[in-house]
Amino acid sequence: MSDVPVLREVTGPTALGGGRRRALELLYLLALTDFKRHYVGTALGYLWSIARPLLLFGVLLVVFTQVFRLGSEVPRYPVLLLLNIVLFGFFQEATAAAVTSIVAQEGVVRKTQFPRLVIPLSIVLTGLFTLALNLVVVFAFILAFGVDPSWTWLLLPLVIAGLTVLTAAVGMIVSSLYPRFRDMAIIWAVASTVLFYGSPVLYPIEKVPEGLRQLVMLNPLAPLLELARKWVVDPSAPGPAAAAGGAWRLLAPLAVALTVCVVASWVFTREARRIAEEL
Amino acid sequence: MRISTPADDATHEVPARRGLAGAPVVIEARAVHKSFRIPEHRVDSLKERAAHPLRRIEHRELRALHDVSFDVRSGEFFGIVGRNGSGKSTLLKILASIYRADAGRIRIAGRVAPFIELGVGFNLELTARENGVLNGVLMGLSLREARRRLDAVLAFAELEEFVDLKLKNYSSGMLVRFAFAVMVQADADIMLIDEVLAVGDAAFAQKCLDVFHAKRRAGTTIVLVTHDMTTVQTLCHRAMLLDDGALRFIGEPEDAALRYYQLNFGREREAPAPGGTAGKVVDLNVRVVHARLEGGTGAIVERVEAGRPLSLDVLVEAARPMRRPSLRVQVRNHEGLVLIDFTRVLDAAVASGGRMRLRGQVENRLAPGRYTLDLYVREEGDDGGYTVQGLRLLQLAVDGERDGDGVMAVLADVDAELDERPA
Repeated sequence: MSDVPVLREVTGPTALGGGRRRALELLYLLALTDFKRHYVGTALGYLWSIARPLLLFGVLLVVFTQVFRLGSEVPRYPVLLLLNIVLFGFFQEATAAAVTSIVAQEGVVRKTQFPRLVIPLSIVLTGLFTLALNLVVVFAFILAFGVDPSWTWLLLPLVIAGLTVLTAAVGMIVSSLYPRFRDMAIIWAVASTVLFYGSPVLYPIEKVPEGLRQLVMLNPLAPLLELARKWVVDPSAPGPAAAAGGAWRLLAPLAVALTVCVVASWVFTREARRIAEEL
Repeated sequence: MRISTPADDATHEVPARRGLAGAPVVIEARAVHKSFRIPEHRVDSLKERAAHPLRRIEHRELRALHDVSFDVRSGEFFGIVGRNGSGKSTLLKILASIYRADAGRIRIAGRVAPFIELGVGFNLELTARENGVLNGVLMGLSLREARRRLDAVLAFAELEEFVDLKLKNYSSGMLVRFAFAVMVQADADIMLIDEVLAVGDAAFAQKCLDVFHAKRRAGTTIVLVTHDMTTVQTLCHRAMLLDDGALRFIGEPEDAALRYYQLNFGREREAPAPGGTAGKVVDLNVRVVHARLEGGTGAIVERVEAGRPLSLDVLVEAARPMRRPSLRVQVRNHEGLVLIDFTRVLDAAVASGGRMRLRGQVENRLAPGRYTLDLYVREEGDDGGYTVQGLRLLQLAVDGERDGDGVMAVLADVDAELDERPA
């Protein structure tokens, strides 16, 4: 201990209380343990995590190529469907897990000095680990399907980065509100189903009628999925700018995304101070 | 902290009280306020909010802390005492940045580690190695430091060969040892300790005590929240008494303990006498000649089987004359909950040097666990006030199989059977 201790103001719990470095280390450890808990503890481990999107993919592929003929009209539809399911699945699963995450970590929140932000972010990071593994399978499938490798594949991390920011922001909102409003879990379950159908996951954006397309393109997930499609699956796809009807129209989903981020940081900072008392 | 502190312990040291006055202040609290808002009926769904958007949710303000100011100096062992609900644990959580104070200012120098519960954040599906590192970081170590100290932690817990075993396969005893070892590894400058930490058997309590003694000698600043006056008097340099969220006393541990006993004893007489003399804290100079259970061993911690009556035999001696003193016996569990409480008035005058005896059988419905027996000697004054002194008689360990979490062990003549009658 130093000879003359420096008194520092204690301001109570915050989103990143305890310093950035500690928060980062805790984030890494928490995500790692969460990942291990999911995949090391179960008999088939990682297989379960890829089995879910693959099963969903199998069912949807049959429905949309055999029952509805939509899939047959889209070039490389199976590949597109699988990529979309894996990307959207990351968003959906991470946000769903984030809802109850702070309540699930009640012990550390109420009994230790813990940077609150780390909890939802660790869920997102765990989701990213899983996504990375799932993408290996996706790319194996893409190559097997006969899609030629392209340099634009290397741009996919940009899409994932955007998706991660959005996922984290939504995760922050739902996780910090859940302790006070317990029906957040149900609300978010419904909302994310709406988003599933409201994003170009099952269908490509150009199949949406003009008026409705503007609405779908407000959803920030839409341009991200369309970018991934153009870069990875089908270079001849219209891409988000053309789908929106001009690059300037992309300002709308961008504004929506920015609003979500601002709301997330405002809500989380506000709730972080009192979350231990609400549990 | 439920720790036995034998008075004849050779290593027992008298707290060096005067030496710390010049040490720098490391915790400075000024006018700290904290209230909790308790909704009259809990509104925790958006639907209820949406259904009555204009209705104001009725809140009851629960005052947890009111205008609390104090300083703790470097190297001090500082006790915070008070009854259940007095705000002492809330204060500890505010110091630890778990709660936020509503008003006031707190400044702290150095690294703080809170010790509020054993094994917080343990993941039973992971190995001791993984949990040890995670908890080290949780306690404020850097990742590298936490990894480096893991071996020492395991050695301290005597669990080296189980490092790669998942915690779910640990026995409860191993788990407690491991959790404690993980906690003490974090050599923070300031340790904030809640008494609920020290549950477990007598051997473990002794180990906790040894560690606290060592930390104290090493000059670590320690803030301990407790309602065990024995611990306060043997370990603390200074103590602070909280009651109903307000600071009632700060100073010598003996004085704090006396006032604490007095508070417990005088609870039902809230209105002070006009002269303001209610509840004078005076040392009545009563001492315990002996306190034992008949058929017991006379050890510091008496053992008794669950369900077996307590044959109490207590002899105390008054150093000055007393008129019609009352003798109140209280048995508390490790959470400070009063489980047995009775008063016997000695309808006589006691001379200086006179002895008073309490003898008889007390029914024992206590669940297996550790308890303390305290005696409060009280004398009414002429002016409506009174004087009181608290004495620790003995510590009690009730042996037996626990069945559930109840505080009482009762005969439960209950059978579970299949009901095969037609509905």
